[in-house]
Amino acid sequence: MRAIQYAAPSTVEDAVAILAEHGSDARMLAGGTDLIVQVREDARDTGVFVDAKKIPELMELSVNADGSTTLGAAVPCHQLYNDAHFTATYPAVTDAARIIGSTGIQGRASVGGNLCNSGPAGDTIPPLIVHSAVCNIFGPDGERTVAVEDFCTAPGRNVLADGELLVSLTLPKPPAGSGSHYLRFIPRNEMDIAVVGAGAWLQLDGDTITAARTALGAVAPTPLFVQAAGDALVGMTADEDAFAVAAGIARDAATPIDDMRGTIAHRKQLSYVLTQRALRGAKARAQGGSPTNGH
Amino acid sequence: MATEILSGKVHVQTTINGEQVDFLAEPRESLLEVLRDHLGLTGAKEGCNNGNCGACNVVMDGALVNSCCVLSVEAAGASIETIEGVASPEGLHPLQQSFLENAALQCGVCTPGFIVAAKALLEENPNPTEYEVRWWLAGNLCRCTGYDKIVRAVLDAAERMRAEA
Repeated sequence: MRAIQYAAPSTVEDAVAILAEHGSDARMLAGGTDLIVQVREDARDTGVFVDAKKIPELMELSVNADGSTTLGAAVPCHQLYNDAHFTATYPAVTDAARIIGSTGIQGRASVGGNLCNSGPAGDTIPPLIVHSAVCNIFGPDGERTVAVEDFCTAPGRNVLADGELLVSLTLPKPPAGSGSHYLRFIPRNEMDIAVVGAGAWLQLDGDTITAARTALGAVAPTPLFVQAAGDALVGMTADEDAFAVAAGIARDAATPIDDMRGTIAHRKQLSYVLTQRALRGAKARAQGGSPTNGH
Repeated sequence: MATEILSGKVHVQTTINGEQVDFLAEPRESLLEVLRDHLGLTGAKEGCNNGNCGACNVVMDGALVNSCCVLSVEAAGASIETIEGVASPEGLHPLQQSFLENAALQCGVCTPGFIVAAKALLEENPNPTEYEVRWWLAGNLCRCTGYDKIVRAVLDAAERMRAEA
């Protein structure tokens, strides 16, 4: 790896000062499972690594007075899926945390890092979208919030300006009678990048859907919030007919490319199939059960 | 006080297998490079050097990690467990014994990573199913065995350890 500089600030303000001074040459280091490899392989030229893990706000995982959860940007995946409350409350997010890379990757890799890497196939991003997560960003001009579906702007790019960092995500408390699920299609059983990923969140009143959100990964330049699919489900009975309607909307919303992992036609079809499966899993969880597909 | 930005040779104090260790390393060096090239702990292997193969697995502050994807300077103040700390003066760890008795290795390059990863699994889940073993070890690549004997060895070791517990 090229020579680098390293700083481990203990406050958000210190981190912002370093980021602001060094501009695009500086980057936050959370688990390093993307950043270290990218710099080693000359895919990214970062000269100043700013360690996120000594800053308490970036390592926070706590439930707020209103029932929402604050998830620090550098909290590793393994901590999330070993947290019973988080797993029970935001199951789609832990579905993703369990399948990113391997156990050894999950020991370091963070949801915030996955989001800031801003890959179109980032597994945690559709789950964050369906759970209506909000990004808490701090920079030289103070604090601002951005809805997670508006965070990524292009492959590898996001709304963070020089000097800004993602401090944490706020996940609202899901209402009673709701559930979520995320799954992806990969040729292998594990250790792979999504050909397509799909997340869904449903709120039920009896069999009737009262609120719904779905999102897709790897079918557009950024992870995709398919708002129309969730909106169409509201008021419908949570059955296969309804899920087919939403899945059709998801397929139409997908604008994938052909690449080594899949073709446009395959990814469009997968957008349909995985949205159906994600909705079935979300319904099962909303009713107190478990998804029967995916991991 | 502004945070110091470190470059060049940095003095790092860490704990490895229960002993305090000091080393000098550049921030660009990985923990794996420090273990192997500076400290003579060559049990962890460099396979892919990009987080895919698990041959460099160590436990850092209780979490299984790929030491090729950790910066040397991140070890400051951490507690690190490597393959060198798995056996005790009294003898091999049950996992090591089980790997020998189940022929769970051929060339041996992946073995330290598998042992370290499997030990972390059994500490978290002393009675894993075959599926859970395979899932946990999915990030450890072996090009010799076809995995079956490794999985059997881990299940066998788990049974022995439960019997001894």
